[in-house]
Amino acid sequence: MKSWRQPSILPGFGLTLGYTILYLTLIILVPLAALVWRSTGIGWDAFWALAFDQRTLLALRVSFGAALIAAAINVIFGVVVAWVLVRYQFPGRRLLDAIIDLPFALPTAVAGISLAALYAPKGWIGQIFAPLGIRIAFTPLGIVIALIFVGLPFVVRTVQPVMAELDREMEEAAATLGASRLQTLTRIVLPTLVPAILTGFALAFARAVGEYGSVIFIAGNVPYVSEIAPLLIVIRLEEFNYAGATSIACIMLIISFVMLLIINMLQMWSRRRYSNV
Amino acid sequence: MRNFIQGLGVLALGVSLIAGAAAPAFAATTLLNVSYDPTREFYKEFNAAFAADWKTKTGETVTIQQSHGGSGAQARSVIDGLDADVVTLGVESDIDAIASKTKKIPADWRKRLPNASAPYTSTIVFLVRKGNPKGIKDWSDLVKDGVQIITPNPKTSAGGRWNYLAAWLWAAKQYNNDDARIKTYIGDIYKHSPVLDTGARGSTVTFAQRQLGDVLLAWENEAYLAKQEFGDGDFEIVVPKLSILAEPPVSLVDGNADAKGTRKVAEAYLNYLYSAEGQTLAAKWFYRPSKPELVKAGAAALPKVDLVSIDDPLFGGWKTAQAKHFDDGGVFDQLYKPGK
Amino acid sequence: MSKVASRYRDPASETLSWRLILILLAVAFLGIVVVLPLVTVFYEAFRKGTGAFIAAFDEPDAIAAIRLTLTVAAIAVPLNLVFGVAAAWAIAKFEFRGKTFLVTLIDLPFSISPVISGLVYVLLFGAQSYLGPILKSQGIQIIFALPGMVLATIFVTFPFIARELIPLMQEQGTGDEEAALSLGASGWQTFWYVTLPNVKWGLLYGVLLCNARAMGEFGAVSVVSGHVRGLTETMPLHIEILYNEYNFAAAFAIATLLALLALVTLALKTVLELRYGDEIAAGRKH
Repeated sequence: MKSWRQPSILPGFGLTLGYTILYLTLIILVPLAALVWRSTGIGWDAFWALAFDQRTLLALRVSFGAALIAAAINVIFGVVVAWVLVRYQFPGRRLLDAIIDLPFALPTAVAGISLAALYAPKGWIGQIFAPLGIRIAFTPLGIVIALIFVGLPFVVRTVQPVMAELDREMEEAAATLGASRLQTLTRIVLPTLVPAILTGFALAFARAVGEYGSVIFIAGNVPYVSEIAPLLIVIRLEEFNYAGATSIACIMLIISFVMLLIINMLQMWSRRRYSNV
Repeated sequence: MRNFIQGLGVLALGVSLIAGAAAPAFAATTLLNVSYDPTREFYKEFNAAFAADWKTKTGETVTIQQSHGGSGAQARSVIDGLDADVVTLGVESDIDAIASKTKKIPADWRKRLPNASAPYTSTIVFLVRKGNPKGIKDWSDLVKDGVQIITPNPKTSAGGRWNYLAAWLWAAKQYNNDDARIKTYIGDIYKHSPVLDTGARGSTVTFAQRQLGDVLLAWENEAYLAKQEFGDGDFEIVVPKLSILAEPPVSLVDGNADAKGTRKVAEAYLNYLYSAEGQTLAAKWFYRPSKPELVKAGAAALPKVDLVSIDDPLFGGWKTAQAKHFDDGGVFDQLYKPGK
Repeated sequence: MSKVASRYRDPASETLSWRLILILLAVAFLGIVVVLPLVTVFYEAFRKGTGAFIAAFDEPDAIAAIRLTLTVAAIAVPLNLVFGVAAAWAIAKFEFRGKTFLVTLIDLPFSISPVISGLVYVLLFGAQSYLGPILKSQGIQIIFALPGMVLATIFVTFPFIARELIPLMQEQGTGDEEAALSLGASGWQTFWYVTLPNVKWGLLYGVLLCNARAMGEFGAVSVVSGHVRGLTETMPLHIEILYNEYNFAAAFAIATLLALLALVTLALKTVLELRYGDEIAAGRKH
């Protein structure tokens, strides 16, 4: 019989794996199991009715729709930013590179109050748009802004290392063969980056779907319009509706898990494809 | 490498020192008052007054901890195990929920203190922008074209529920209890609301700081407080001719107080709300004291409004009103539909 | 970080004008999305003068919030550090079946909404649960107290250090450790003197990020906090409270502290990268 692990002379496998699994079980798996157990405890029909209630569906649509738009915008600008950082030399490049991670380190509540202050009708950016009749804060647009903020580092940081490893000789070869720069970029460079871009998109999207802290300060929180799914969980809790809260949480949990599997598959694909280049 | 490890060691030591120092030192008795949003300023002052009074009367030191949030959210915390000695919430139904779900409060809690356990009352008024540009004078003006109303979500906020019921009250009188026309009016109110915050305080911030909307439906005390906080020049208070008598109730959480052995001081705390000092402070923070005769001079008198209680046959008390209007699938859910 | 000299008229690069346009686009985008919110925090904090700024910290509740935030991070980060090192050792140095699945489970908290991270502990330890009343009768309070807030923080920051270390240790293989062992070093010695020095900067970076996130967590902690002033309020929650008390200057003043923490984290990270760039680059994906 084949062993489930390859032999190694290194010690500590049992200890570290055992500890990893124990800690993982206690901190993550048992609480998540409690969630799933509580939400199935109400019976399948009741769960179904709560989970696919119109308000829940619309909240999920707001969460997923805004996360999708924000991730798409982040892909466009994130790729440009990564390209500029990898390929060009200019004063302040190092600084620009450093601040990319700010959304990652800045607490979401701080980002939330600051974005709300910026985009409110009297804020620096809000007052530019207010005369045009465009309201950003407290509308679904505000949610997208907050999600762009939290998702940005994921796209840039996923695409950047792959860009740095790109083989410039291919581009030079394409140029000597008479391809225009645009052709080289769209036919040679972009296809190589696709797996990394998709991974970055998926990471930004997964992070944005669950975001709470920064969104609640800037979203209008209007049911059916600008109410995100995590907020609906909190509202259901505040209404003493535990079944409602846990069933929404359960759906989001399943979606998170599927998203993660997709990301891991993308990364595997990316690695395989990248090693062939 | 050795330096790095030593560094980690020093870090760990420092960390454990901070952790040790941070363990809260519990001195004497502490009471936890779990309250709703607009009472922050009032209880800050009241707690200090009570602690001083308790010290002179008994020689004991009592520290009062405060927790504020949307009334429903706060009740949820107590149900989930937050160790409140007393609850001072925005509506009766939130204390009822604690009573029925935890059995830590007897079902007849309302009978234990004077004035149905409401030491202070309030009502719902309108806060409008300076000069009242939209000309809002009474309930009918709220649903005029182009008026935006800021009101919290009645499912989570006590203030939001009082707002809803006050509007219902006016519509019922206006349309002679014609159910269809009342519902149209209430539906219109929420069609004019661009934001539904989860708590009354959130709505005030939206209106006053974020400058959203033309009129804020607010607790009377909250409206006066906002006017004072943001400078008297920016806002005006419009008092409708008819409004609801909002009775924010208080109760001892017997189960918790007995477990902690704080019943005596907790009861004294609640009774102090009905004393001359408590009533004067309530009036100072723009509540309507339940015993106005005790109020010492200094607090400005609030305007006279026709106030109708929740126990009026129109509503039939909180239990009935809560089930009819705010429970899942109730009237609010029917009226508040997407696709406006 | 590759350093490509920008030569004029390189056939494998864009024209100068395109380069300028792209650089300006990147700068403008980052300026609006990242820099402006940061500037706003400091601008709003000092808008009412330094007096109001200092007053925000001269308040027992603010001090208590800062203290609690430090305490929570001081417990959560070392626990996740030990876990991260153990998990990275098991996953990066050995080959076994089910590894991908294990890594996915470790990643899970990263894509779960923070609100759910708080909710699960309420369901597990709340007064309405099975465990809550049992623990309560033993005098143990989990949620609405320090343990619950620490648990929620650990949950949210769970993958950070492990995710930083795993790719780094995978990259380095097992050659060094095998050599040390064959020369007679014990397992612990190998770990302390061979493995740890190889990954120390990546480890430090992981700790920094984990710490920044632990101190700034809002959603998860908010659900389990109970919001008792001066007792169960962390800095992000205290900011929300001040914001709700119309005390915007003070809210932003406390926020500057967390923003400074973020800036220090980034500065340290940049310094580390400049000096030990190659070591960290391998573990760059989060």
